[in-house]
Amino acid sequence: MNRSRLAAQRLVALFLLGCLLFNFPLLALFNRGGEVFGIPLLYAYIFGVWLALIALMAFAAEREQS
Amino acid sequence: MLQGWVVVLASFAYLGVLFAIAYQADRRADAGRSVIANPLVYALSLAVYCTTWTFYGSVGRAAATGIGFLPIYLGPTLTLALGWFVMAKMVRVAKLNRITSIADFVASRYGKSQLLGGLVTVIAVVGIIPYIALQLKAVSSSFTILLSYPEIVMPAKAGTAPLLNDSAFYVAIVMAIFTILFGTRHLDATERHEGMVAAIAFESVVKLVAFFAVGLFVTYGIYDGFGDVFDRAQESARLSALMTTADTASSYGSWAGLTFLSMLSVLLLPRQFQIAVVENVNPDHIRRAVWVFPLYLFLINIFVLPIAIGGLLQFPTGVDADTFVLTLPMAHQQQAIALLVFIGGLSAATGMVIVETIALSTMVCNDLVMPVLLRMRSLRLHERQDLSGLLLEIRRWAIGLILMLGYIYFRSAGEAYALVSIGLISFAAVAQFAPAVIGGLYWKGGTREGALAGLIAGFLVWAYTLLLPSFAKSGWLPAEYMAHGLFGIELLRPQRLFGLTGLDEISHCLFWSLFANIGAYLGVSLLRAPNAREVRQATLFVDAEERGRVAGWRGGAPVADLLPLAGRFLGPERARDAFERHARSRGLAVVEDLPADARLVQFAESLLAGAIGSASARVMVASVVQEEPLGIDEVMNILDEASQVRAYSHELEEKSRELERATAELREANERLRELDRLKDDFMSTVSHELRTPLTSIRAFSEMLFDDPEIEIEERKRFLGIIVGETGRLTRLINQILDLAKLESGRAEWSTVAVDLAVVVRESAESMGQVYRDKGVALTFDLPAAETVVLGDRDRLTQVLINLLSNAQKFVAAGTGQVRVAVRRAGDVIRVEVADNGPGVPPEERETIFEKFRQGGSVLTDKPHGTGLGLPISRQIIEYFGGSLWVESDPGGGATFIFTLPVFGGDDR
Repeated sequence: MNRSRLAAQRLVALFLLGCLLFNFPLLALFNRGGEVFGIPLLYAYIFGVWLALIALMAFAAEREQS
Repeated sequence: MLQGWVVVLASFAYLGVLFAIAYQADRRADAGRSVIANPLVYALSLAVYCTTWTFYGSVGRAAATGIGFLPIYLGPTLTLALGWFVMAKMVRVAKLNRITSIADFVASRYGKSQLLGGLVTVIAVVGIIPYIALQLKAVSSSFTILLSYPEIVMPAKAGTAPLLNDSAFYVAIVMAIFTILFGTRHLDATERHEGMVAAIAFESVVKLVAFFAVGLFVTYGIYDGFGDVFDRAQESARLSALMTTADTASSYGSWAGLTFLSMLSVLLLPRQFQIAVVENVNPDHIRRAVWVFPLYLFLINIFVLPIAIGGLLQFPTGVDADTFVLTLPMAHQQQAIALLVFIGGLSAATGMVIVETIALSTMVCNDLVMPVLLRMRSLRLHERQDLSGLLLEIRRWAIGLILMLGYIYFRSAGEAYALVSIGLISFAAVAQFAPAVIGGLYWKGGTREGALAGLIAGFLVWAYTLLLPSFAKSGWLPAEYMAHGLFGIELLRPQRLFGLTGLDEISHCLFWSLFANIGAYLGVSLLRAPNAREVRQATLFVDAEERGRVAGWRGGAPVADLLPLAGRFLGPERARDAFERHARSRGLAVVEDLPADARLVQFAESLLAGAIGSASARVMVASVVQEEPLGIDEVMNILDEASQVRAYSHELEEKSRELERATAELREANERLRELDRLKDDFMSTVSHELRTPLTSIRAFSEMLFDDPEIEIEERKRFLGIIVGETGRLTRLINQILDLAKLESGRAEWSTVAVDLAVVVRESAESMGQVYRDKGVALTFDLPAAETVVLGDRDRLTQVLINLLSNAQKFVAAGTGQVRVAVRRAGDVIRVEVADNGPGVPPEERETIFEKFRQGGSVLTDKPHGTGLGLPISRQIIEYFGGSLWVESDPGGGATFIFTLPVFGGDDR
């Protein structure tokens, strides 16, 4: 079950990373005016992190599949 | 175009499509070509999480709070990251223990407690009712709004329209009928509904497409892309405020609270549990869902904010933000998009209602109603063969009841809240399952009482701080209690409990209810150690990973294949009997009606396992089952089974060691037998030798007399005397051999009476008197005055004494010989001693003289004194009467033969 265990550990690490990125205080750093490519900073941050997280989860979950 | 009949027709057409999909999926499943055995379908069906709350409510939430709609989707994203850890374990546990609902899960975990199952069901039903009301509210108001096209008119306040004019009432009825038709057509013991899952996956696609259509229309049709939308928002102070959130602890606290709440809900909502765990066909599908489901959530949220901004710009006042998704296309005369949105919303609502009410009705039926009915002995339900009709009936009524309760809640409290707020009430209710479920998966110490206490405490706090206030806000309960607390106690104000402020009402409830819940769960659990039953269940749940057995079969096989297979091992008749019993237990009349499903395969396997062992049974069954591909877990589990095989081989080794031990014992017994055989041969040769000696001398003297008539008369007399003596000896010998044979074979005749040993001694001495006087041996007696009575055969005992006396006389010297006979009582036995002053018996001979044909002294040098059978016979006789006979002697100091016999009657005579 080693391969699955590695995947599970990676996913748990991503979970912890997500908990940090989506909460105070990191969230507060982006809770201000300003835009990235015309999109308000806070939204750009949350959606950007979200998409990156999903990509990493897909990578972690699928890569180990034989 | 959007007349009432068009909308109604489109709705029913859509429901018809769902039916067709479900029907088709069920047919394909029966044919063994499951459509839901596909990770993508599994991931899409998980999106039943997105209801009208998401479809209509997110935009309303965004219009009010900006990013406030997001935690509800970020939480599940994070949970799915743990999915490979938590969800997969839940699936494994559920499959192992045949769990059919979350109530079943909790009940089973804590020692199969019916009380717990019932409690979870009650909490789930009460907790989910607001959520159902939310769906009714969304569908009925979207329907009403659509009907007023091209005007945009907000529907009348809920609860003000008369019942028969209330569209929500009809929505509830149609949904109830639809769900009943959809979910309770037939009964499946595994509570799996392939058709339903396929339809739900389809609905997930429909609602995403509909929402995307509106989003694209608003962002690129009305405005000029995301940048344009946000630029316009910046122009208004009210809208630009939505781009950030309040930089306060309470705002971040609420954000974290909602994230946490939705993390739990995506696991614990009855419909999520149904789809994610019960309907899961292969735990490996979770791997794909880990990222596809969060991606779905991401996609369905991209356009929320643009639509909210568009709606706020379009309708500064007068339009409920919860309806922007529908009213924006209507305001721009996009009838097709508006209709698509309505269908999307209907899709979101029906998906939720179908799965939720089916899950709840299963719980109500299995964990609430049936346990009660089965307990009512007067109904005699346990005697009924087929309960499936009754079960379906109960479920149908439960579905109707749940929707009606939802409708009542909608009428009473639906207007006071926005869609999202109603849904959050339900989220907070199911969060109460978290300590019992998650704690139960990872901690073995939880007890039944702990789980009960936690659930009750959490549920009561939830009802007090969230459910009752929702009634109070809509005027069903006095608002007094909200403002000043129960009984006017300020500390008990429901949403400022114990003076706690600074949290929104959901976080406030979540904090206090989980505080009470976890506290009671841990506190009460730790009052006592779990009992044996709880420990067993805890091990099954907590150690599911380590102990995972081979999971159930993933495919099916028809009876026509399985029955002959089983018949080959069990015999056709026995196999058919077993299959018939199985069919009856599933409520089927004939064996041929058994569906070709995994359960039948499981049954056949366990049947075969009884005959040929589990590993072989699996191989045999595998030969006829069309299996879905193996996942990594199965492979691992098969390896586990291999280790079980190893355990069996250990058992085999143990058995073979036992066999070896048995063989050794047999060999020993054989040795003994051979020894006995050899002894018998020795005995025979000794007997023939002993017989031949007197015969030889008789023959020799007879021949001499016969051949020589000239022999003197004196000589003749001497010869005849020898012949007579030898004949006597021969007779004695034969008599004794016969005697011994009789004694040894147990065929001797005994007459057991009370015998006074002193009398026997005196009589024996008298009959031996002449012999002693002839040899000049003194015979003295030491006889007690008291009675020395034993149980025995008088003649046999006399035989023993004469034997001993005659032996003694033979070994003492003539003239100086002395023999002394003593009888006395020693405790419970009478002890008889015959002592002589002969040469004594050397130590090495003290046992052998009791063997047959062994005589004292050297056989080679000494002339034989007797037959060699007297002592063995005497010992047999004494031992027969429960005594013992032995010799004590000092060489040169004479020999003492002693025997003891139990006193007859003892002291109480």
